[in-house]
Amino acid sequence: MRDITFDESLILYDLEAETNEEVLTKMARNLASKHLVKESYILAVIERERAFPTGLPTQGISVAIPHTDIQHVNQKAISVAILKQPVEFGVMGENDQTTPVQIVFMLAMDEAHAQPTLLQKLMQLIQDEQALKYILMEKNKVKLKHWIRERLGIQ
Amino acid sequence: MAKKRVLVACGAGIATSTVVAKTIEEMAKANGIDIDVKQIKISEIGFYEDDADLLVTTARIQKSYKFPIIQAHSFLTGIGVEDTKKKIMEELNK
Repeated sequence: MRDITFDESLILYDLEAETNEEVLTKMARNLASKHLVKESYILAVIERERAFPTGLPTQGISVAIPHTDIQHVNQKAISVAILKQPVEFGVMGENDQTTPVQIVFMLAMDEAHAQPTLLQKLMQLIQDEQALKYILMEKNKVKLKHWIRERLGIQ
Repeated sequence: MAKKRVLVACGAGIATSTVVAKTIEEMAKANGIDIDVKQIKISEIGFYEDDADLLVTTARIQKSYKFPIIQAHSFLTGIGVEDTKKKIMEELNK
């Protein structure tokens, strides 16, 4: 099994967008340009977000964890975007609520039920206010990459 | 007591359900309860109508089923985790 791909080219700083669809499109296009996901992933992730929103209002900084079905993925990867301005995302498990998201973790998974430890670590990171503050503040992509890889236990 | 069959569902059946399933398995193990966890997509719930005792999900379910439904996105946000765990334990102990 190949390890998950996550490098500085998958970290997007100051991503400018008016809507969550725009955020998803930019992040998914970047993944597709590196052939980590298929072109079909772009629309699929937008549609999935519409049907099952992934915005998570945590204690302070809201995040979103968009993802979609495995058949749109070539190689599992994570992309992180820090948004220039918060963008409203639907709240997971709620009907009409939205939350102003500042950090987006886009997941490209190529098999079901895989990576439980990594996903659990990601959820712990999302619940860690200090960690989210650090992600917003760290301007050095290489440092941020290493720090996130370590937090998620990526070898 | 028969082994409880727990369905864990989310939109894609790959990310949030993985986290929820792992948390429930750990909870059951810690409490010495033998359970069977199945991870599925929301769209597949209907197929399991007669084969489950409990559904735990991170999404919003409008339909009702034969089994109780517990919302567990607290496992992702960290807000209200203990409350959700209590609800799940109550069902597992039934």
